[in-house]
Amino acid sequence: MTITEYFSLLWNDYTLRTITLGTAVLGAICGMLGSFAVLRKQSLLGDAISHAALPGIALAFLITGAKDSNILLLGALASGLIGTFWIRGMTKKTHLKSDTALGLVLSLFFGFGMLLLTFIQKQPNANQAGLDKYLFGQAATLVEKDVQLMIIVTAICLFVLLLFWKEFKIMLFDAEYTKTLGFNTRFIDILITFFIVLAICLGLQTVGVVLMSAMLLAPAAAARQWTNSLGTMIFLAALFGILSGVVGTAISATQNNLSTGPVIVLVAAVFVLFSFIFSPGRGLLFREIRFRKNRRDLQLKKTLQLMYGIAKTHDTISHPHAIKILNNFHGFTIGTLKKLEEKQWISIDGRQWAMTQKGFEEAENLYNQQKPNE
Amino acid sequence: MKSKIAIKVDDLTVAYNYKPVLWDIDMEVPEGVLMAIVGPNGAGKSTLIKAILGILEPIAGSVSIYGKPYEKQRKLVAYVPQKGSVDWDFPTTALDVVMMGTYGTLGWIKRPGQKEKKASLEALEKVGMLSFKNRQISQLSGGQQQRVFLARALVQNASIYFMDEPFQGVDATTEIAIINILKELRKAGKTLVVVHHDLQTVPEYFDWVTFLNVKKIATGPVKDIFNDDNLTKTYGINYKVAVNK
Repeated sequence: MTITEYFSLLWNDYTLRTITLGTAVLGAICGMLGSFAVLRKQSLLGDAISHAALPGIALAFLITGAKDSNILLLGALASGLIGTFWIRGMTKKTHLKSDTALGLVLSLFFGFGMLLLTFIQKQPNANQAGLDKYLFGQAATLVEKDVQLMIIVTAICLFVLLLFWKEFKIMLFDAEYTKTLGFNTRFIDILITFFIVLAICLGLQTVGVVLMSAMLLAPAAAARQWTNSLGTMIFLAALFGILSGVVGTAISATQNNLSTGPVIVLVAAVFVLFSFIFSPGRGLLFREIRFRKNRRDLQLKKTLQLMYGIAKTHDTISHPHAIKILNNFHGFTIGTLKKLEEKQWISIDGRQWAMTQKGFEEAENLYNQQKPNE
Repeated sequence: MKSKIAIKVDDLTVAYNYKPVLWDIDMEVPEGVLMAIVGPNGAGKSTLIKAILGILEPIAGSVSIYGKPYEKQRKLVAYVPQKGSVDWDFPTTALDVVMMGTYGTLGWIKRPGQKEKKASLEALEKVGMLSFKNRQISQLSGGQQQRVFLARALVQNASIYFMDEPFQGVDATTEIAIINILKELRKAGKTLVVVHHDLQTVPEYFDWVTFLNVKKIATGPVKDIFNDDNLTKTYGINYKVAVNK
């Protein structure tokens, strides 16, 4: 199926449109809030929260008997928030480090949630079928009112982000300093945490408990590679999130038997991989290129310096020498010789090389580099 | 002529898990001094500053700035934390970090504007970092990072400065640049409290000193109290030191 064909499919198919919009909005909010989680070094918190949300979903169903996604969302939000504050409380009040607290809450809540789910399975209630979709997500069940809720929440989130932009920025960078300026850091902290939990709960229906943390982190991790500005990073993260959603849904819709949630996460992972390798500043490819260039540069200078040492001991600097004498020098190659000739620092005649005036001066000033303007 | 008391600390006590880190600290810091806080590792020097500033919760005690409780006087106080307390890989520039110093006066929601930018550029110039204004902070050296932190505090136009080991891990040029700025501030009537790690330079840089080791050992002018007796009491070993008279 070509892209134009897909677009006309999108245009005509109401369900596909709804799902695409839903996953795009989810990608946007995950990008925005994931940036916060990543910069706060709380990347795994997302995983703990998504797993902690499970018992809330199960309990909400048990109490109300209905599979209304909004009610289940409230249940997820409640138990996700409880889990978050347990983690916080454990880290503050006991000797436990945050990763232990995270692991404990994650497994405890998730275990309890699974227990409840299996209990629900055994109930003679036809309504309970499909509750386990929250484990891995089922984007196909997204309906218009779900997407409307996501849009509203994302809009509120964006508004709050822009409103408290500088407070969030300074809080992320230096929380203690922020306190000395008189800001209520607890309020800002709780606000950020609340929105992260909210974003995670929003995504459970689409991507599921198990994969949600990837959706939270991947767009932000990818975006970080391309920029050194916070605003640009958050924007790019949202963009990567949206693209992951849209492309993931497209792939899943046009192929058979591919569940949407995992595909979206995989697309996001591809963005991350691509960013790690190809980003100009921090990417592996460009780092390798810079490294090799540096090494070649160094080799050139080392060889030149050796030649300078040799040339100095004669009356005339352009006294020719056999190329063979350089063979003992570790790091000398024919390539280096050719490059030196290209730069007109030496001249080559048959099997002999001689230093030029230009090369001599270059070698003299090799380590007298001007300091960059300070 | 008695100078005003800038900082008054009463009975300040901080404990972690029933273990005292700061015990019953009483301290009066007069206005216009450049004071060093010295003591061995674990003496509670950073804790003292953080407890005064409300970053850490003391289990007892109070702090007043010019006679009023610290919470009401925040605008008069600037804090320069340890370099290592922050993630320098955060995506932001040197100028941006300095502008954060203006956030306190701006208050909630209001964004920094031209006035704040101008003040920040001036502060950067004062610490010799103007040409680095758009540099990503992860690309700065230790000394440069320290100077950016100092600029951030300068832009607050405070009367009292608290600094936590500003000379730790900086090059000699930066150290001289910083101490000159501090001395200038003192001349302008500001009060400076600096946690300092290098005993050798105390007589040269500071005019007041506080010896701390969980308890306050002594506080006063360097020429009066920076002596072997107090050093031994604080560090627990016999110190031979030449005091600059």
